[in-house]
Amino acid sequence: MSADPVRFPLISRLLHWLMAVMILSMLLLGAGMTATVSPRYPLLFSIHRPLGIAILGLAVLRLINRLFNPPPPLPESIPAVQRLAAKASYLTLYALMFMLPLVGWGMLSAAPYPIVLFGAWHLPPILPQNPTLYAWLRPLHTSLAYLLFATFLVHMGAALEHGLIRRDGVLASMASWSKTRR
Amino acid sequence: MNQRRDLAEQGKGGLSLAATLARLAAIGAIMLGAAAGFAYVGGWLSPGRLTQARMMSAFQAVNGAHPGFRRNHAKGLCVAGTFDSSGQAVPLSKAAVFKPGRVPLIGRFALAGGMPFQSDQPASTRSMALRVVAGGEEWRTGMNNTPVFAVNSAQGFYDQLLASRPDPASGKPDPAAIAAFRARHPEAVRAMTIINARAISSGFADSTFNSLNAFRLVNAAGISVPVRWATVPLQPFVVESALQSAHTDKNYLFDDLIRQIHEHPLQWRLLLTIGEPGDPTNDATLPWPPERRHIDAGMVTIDQVSSEADGSCTDINFDPLVLPAGIEASDDPLLGARSAAYARSFTLRISEKSQAAASAITAQQVHAGNN
Repeated sequence: MSADPVRFPLISRLLHWLMAVMILSMLLLGAGMTATVSPRYPLLFSIHRPLGIAILGLAVLRLINRLFNPPPPLPESIPAVQRLAAKASYLTLYALMFMLPLVGWGMLSAAPYPIVLFGAWHLPPILPQNPTLYAWLRPLHTSLAYLLFATFLVHMGAALEHGLIRRDGVLASMASWSKTRR
Repeated sequence: MNQRRDLAEQGKGGLSLAATLARLAAIGAIMLGAAAGFAYVGGWLSPGRLTQARMMSAFQAVNGAHPGFRRNHAKGLCVAGTFDSSGQAVPLSKAAVFKPGRVPLIGRFALAGGMPFQSDQPASTRSMALRVVAGGEEWRTGMNNTPVFAVNSAQGFYDQLLASRPDPASGKPDPAAIAAFRARHPEAVRAMTIINARAISSGFADSTFNSLNAFRLVNAAGISVPVRWATVPLQPFVVESALQSAHTDKNYLFDDLIRQIHEHPLQWRLLLTIGEPGDPTNDATLPWPPERRHIDAGMVTIDQVSSEADGSCTDINFDPLVLPAGIEASDDPLLGARSAAYARSFTLRISEKSQAAASAITAQQVHAGNN
């Protein structure tokens, strides 16, 4: 019953899982820091900013990597409508990996808040101070984060369905680490 | 690829219906668990948690809805001027703002409380907020004219806020609620004794404004010391008189300030008080011994005044944790609470701009003070 692991290249798998951990941490940080007035708030916020920028940087790398290492094709057994759904979810995930950090950076710029990464390391503002823009971007940041979490849930559910029910090698193409092919 | 196709032809993974359903249920449970974890972190499963949203609701419950205004320190006006650093703080902090020289500043004077149209009262807490940019780094600070803060935790602040809520029948706080608050927060009772014993000055210009919260100064060698700071007026202290507050208008504190700034610049020394081991840094209700070393870091000069309608302080969140490298947060839990609550207040009021009423201190009043 073991499927042939037509796997993503190592670099793609590394980027995927590193970013999975970072993005999930980021979503939890965001949800937590906007729901507390405890002394944890500044700590969470101080991690949220540099982690978000790191995700933006990795998203750029990942897009470049995708050009050189395109993903292995889905099994032919998958119906067209599901292929379309898969494509839509990948597009959404990629778009949000870029948009969430950029909207966050932009809203801090428009507020304005200094964009502190660590100590005296700052990023320049990417937008002018503008209350109207801030009033628009701040809720957008939250909405996009909910959308990202929802897309993550669907993505994880679909991956598990491939791995546990279809057992068609799709999950293994990203999640298999064994060196030997069975 | 061939093996993939072979596998697919066996049907849905070759599982029996029961096994498929069991695995589907397991996947559903994992997804539900992930969603529940997210919801827990976000506070949706803990209605008792003190969140920014809950703190904002408490302000609204006590003060009513005032869209477009700060949830606290709602009544205020904008000022601008300069900070002339003496250079004396350089050995203790690497912050560029302490290097000798002059930098521009933006400030705001306000009265504590969430009612933007409250009448000026002598005993109302007055505040001065400053924003200085030096060497590309920003420092924002909000200070009050009280020697200590009334509470030492976010929960204490929340409890005090709700206990002060006016009873709809009497228009006054419920004495039972006040008594319950005092029983629950003895630190607030001690702090109020200190606060009520202070000598109240005649206005903003002759008030001393205290950081209340402790911070840490870090120098170029990485050595860190606890600090509290204050702006101490050069304007001579004149004790508040009942005559002054009884016979003038409801904005008399602000009108006096506008007139004084138009007459001549107002100045405050920025005094840094250096804490010693054992001085409480995590409790803003406790004063530090008066013999602590003071450093005169420089001079705050205020020479421009404008209303919130056309002033540059209006869209600034005076978040006490916007600090340059060289000034750091202490372990005072109020700092995180202020930062979190101010951020939410800022987002709310900025989003409500289109519904906002004009500030109590109008541009016309500021201009009239010029005559």
